[in-house]
Amino acid sequence: MPVCGSSRMDLTCQETTHVFIMSVNSYSLNPKEVTMSVVQSLLRSPVVTALASPHGIDRYLEIVNPLWAAHEVRARVVDVTRETRAGAPVTTLRLRPSNTWRGHRAGQHVQLGIELGTARRLTRAFSISSPESGPGDDITITVRAREEGAVSAHLAELARPGALVHLGQAEGEFTLPEPLPSRLILISAGSGITPVMSMVRTLMRRGYGGTITFLHYARSAQHQIFADEIATLPPNVHVHLVHTRAGGERFTRDALARLVPDFADVDTFACGPAGLIETVQEAYAGSDRLRVEYFRVPSAASGDAEGTITFSRSGTRVANSGATILEQAEAAGLTPEFGCRMGICFTCTARKPEGAVRNVVNGEENAMPDDDIRICVNAPVGDCTVDL
Amino acid sequence: MTLTATRPADSPPARTTPVRTPKPATPAAATSTDDASTRHTPEAFTTPPVSTEHTTSISDLLSPEELEAFGAEMDAIREKVIASLGDEDAAYIRRIVKWQRGFEVAGRALFYVPPAWPLAVASLSISKILDNMEIGHNVMHGQYDWMGDPGLSSRMFEWDTMAPAENWKYGHNYLHHTFTNIVGKDRDIGYGILRMDDDQKWRPHHLLNPVNAFLLMVFFEWGVALHDLEVENIASGERGWAETKPVLRRIRRKMGRQVLKDYVLFPALTGPLFPLTFAGNAVANLVRNIWAFNIIFCGHFPTGVATFSMEETENETRAQWYVRQLLGSANITGSELFHVLSGNLSHQIEHHLFPDIPARRYPQVAAEVREACERYGLPYNTGSLGHQLGSVFRKIGRLALPPRRGR
Ligand SMILES: Cc1cc2nc3c(=O)[nH]c(=O)nc-3n(C[C@H](O)[C@H](O)[C@H](O)COP(=O)(O)OP(=O)(O)OC[C@H]3O[C@@H](n4cnc5c(N)ncnc54)[C@H](O)[C@@H]3O)c2cc1C
Ligand code: FES
Repeated sequence: MPVCGSSRMDLTCQETTHVFIMSVNSYSLNPKEVTMSVVQSLLRSPVVTALASPHGIDRYLEIVNPLWAAHEVRARVVDVTRETRAGAPVTTLRLRPSNTWRGHRAGQHVQLGIELGTARRLTRAFSISSPESGPGDDITITVRAREEGAVSAHLAELARPGALVHLGQAEGEFTLPEPLPSRLILISAGSGITPVMSMVRTLMRRGYGGTITFLHYARSAQHQIFADEIATLPPNVHVHLVHTRAGGERFTRDALARLVPDFADVDTFACGPAGLIETVQEAYAGSDRLRVEYFRVPSAASGDAEGTITFSRSGTRVANSGATILEQAEAAGLTPEFGCRMGICFTCTARKPEGAVRNVVNGEENAMPDDDIRICVNAPVGDCTVDL
Repeated sequence: MTLTATRPADSPPARTTPVRTPKPATPAAATSTDDASTRHTPEAFTTPPVSTEHTTSISDLLSPEELEAFGAEMDAIREKVIASLGDEDAAYIRRIVKWQRGFEVAGRALFYVPPAWPLAVASLSISKILDNMEIGHNVMHGQYDWMGDPGLSSRMFEWDTMAPAENWKYGHNYLHHTFTNIVGKDRDIGYGILRMDDDQKWRPHHLLNPVNAFLLMVFFEWGVALHDLEVENIASGERGWAETKPVLRRIRRKMGRQVLKDYVLFPALTGPLFPLTFAGNAVANLVRNIWAFNIIFCGHFPTGVATFSMEETENETRAQWYVRQLLGSANITGSELFHVLSGNLSHQIEHHLFPDIPARRYPQVAAEVREACERYGLPYNTGSLGHQLGSVFRKIGRLALPPRRGR
């Protein structure tokens, strides 16, 4: 292996090594794995697809064994670890996906569906907390039980090894730049640590030699997720754990500037509650080095909302509160379908015959009649009719 | 509203005087509509001729207060079912899907055993019938969307027939279910080829009504697919190429896939048995076509089912919509197995009142709906398959001929 000089070179070397290891792995497939991959390519072949049309081969395989699939991803929980000692339970679930899993890049999330009872499948997004994965690799998610949270409370408190979950493929652009820069800033709070932790773990596994400034906010040491692992990170990771209940100062621009004076020029990844993200965004003043991830859309409700929303299918009319259409529909007693509540899964899509709406994530306005909109991230601007 | 039962629906052609027997719905009308009795009773022939069209409106049947109360009762039935959706409904539809997949795989496999050919055809026919009716039609209505299972989601489901789900959902869920039996709006009245209502203007090609009905039955899956092209609206210029293109593209793609699997790949896979498998698949598709056509035609065309004009349905309230769905649909009586194989469309009335609740609930709510109809004096059209079909076929024949004098 070549001897590497500068830290940036060093990273490239690590990349090569990594790829090399991967390819060695693929040569050492055992006969069972070879058979599996032949079966897989057969099941994905155009002929099988044509024969299984219109339902698709997975609809037949799942009847025989829920983990058999040619396209869809399902996983079994293989390990359950409680992460915190105080506050709402936080649990890491190790998942063993079907070999349809294509792997993920650090920072990405996955749509995860569970069946409550036998009837209802609920799907939510979860960041993957384990380092970047290849096809068929195990992954972990780390879930904080939310009050009355249908999915999160179930996963964090009741999930046991052997449970079956439905997965999508990894998605999201909250990922490390390639090639890696020599400096990185990671900012997270609470369970927002999960995608950031995937990045840290990936960087450590790749032997990253650059400098990482890792700023994390938790209520207390007992609330701290991944505490033991963070304590053993190497010195090039400058960890700053702030425990707000123990008098730790909340995020400010100045605090960050004290740690990294030229922070706005450094690639930064931030994930946490909307309040934190907003402050971070203000500090970066539009710098394109900042990338953020929300677990939940920023609240859009504002005092100056006007107009009326008409839910045409149910014949309900309510005064526009400025909140997202999904929230306003729920407040009006309707139960529209939703998944991520983040504008990423399209479960909540509904037709808007008329009226203007604003996307609360990116601020885009849309006044096109008869448009399909994601009601979880759109709030009405004035009068608006939605087919709900 | 036009209650066709009030007409001498199937009067013998020999009669010369246009005799009308207005028989407004009475509280006693909540029984099966038997047009035969209307036709042959002496009164039918002695009632003085009524020269103007007998139309009545929902307001003739119910006072505004009764109407609202009836609507509220229907809403209550609906809410009760929605609140109780759960494991049993999920287990039911998953069981049906398992059976369907089982019949399908068994059917495809049995084609390798030539003596079992009839069994293979039967098995595949049942698979296609279950797929289209109890599963496809109902899933695409969103009856199981609450389960969050992509395999049972109205957004994603595609069925084993020529019509692409996306086209069909628009034509069926939106046009047909919203504008049920509104002449000029509900394109399912006669499917653009047949004359199925007196209010459809007679044209010479309607003489072929029975022949066209027969052809539509045999080629039903093709007809349903092409129906969504809205050819009559293209001809009249109401629909342009831009709207038609994607519809046509979807039809071509879906037909291609269906033909490829049923008439090329599966037959080819049986090698020398190609012709047998090919024929078997064709017969299975035909059996499904005949079955689906007959069930579906019993849903809205038996005598006694009302049609409506566009004017009277303008600014309709939810309660009026309910009554229109009720008056515009007819049920078929039968065994539990019959109901499953009909996709519970044998409960067309309940289906039209509550299109998005799981079909297995229709038999359960039927008793309540019928009881409410009795109390409010609303007709509830139901009869055996033979009875309803007889009535439909007579109508197809009668409407082939031009309306007689006085209309
Ligand atoms: C890209 C992305 C990544 C995510 N990664 C993670 C992760 O790694 N770990 C994790 O625990 N969660 C994560 N989430 C949040 C997760 O998707 C769910 O929103 C959360 O678990 C709550 O779902 P639930 O079914 O338990 O709650 P629900 O039953 O849907 O809601 C229960 C209550 O919690 C509130 N609520 C819903 N979602 C949130 C939220 N995100 N934050 C605060 N309150 C909420 C609701 O308003 C409601 O009052 C992520 C979300 C996104 C969009
Ligand atoms: S709920 Fe996922 S996009 Fe709206």
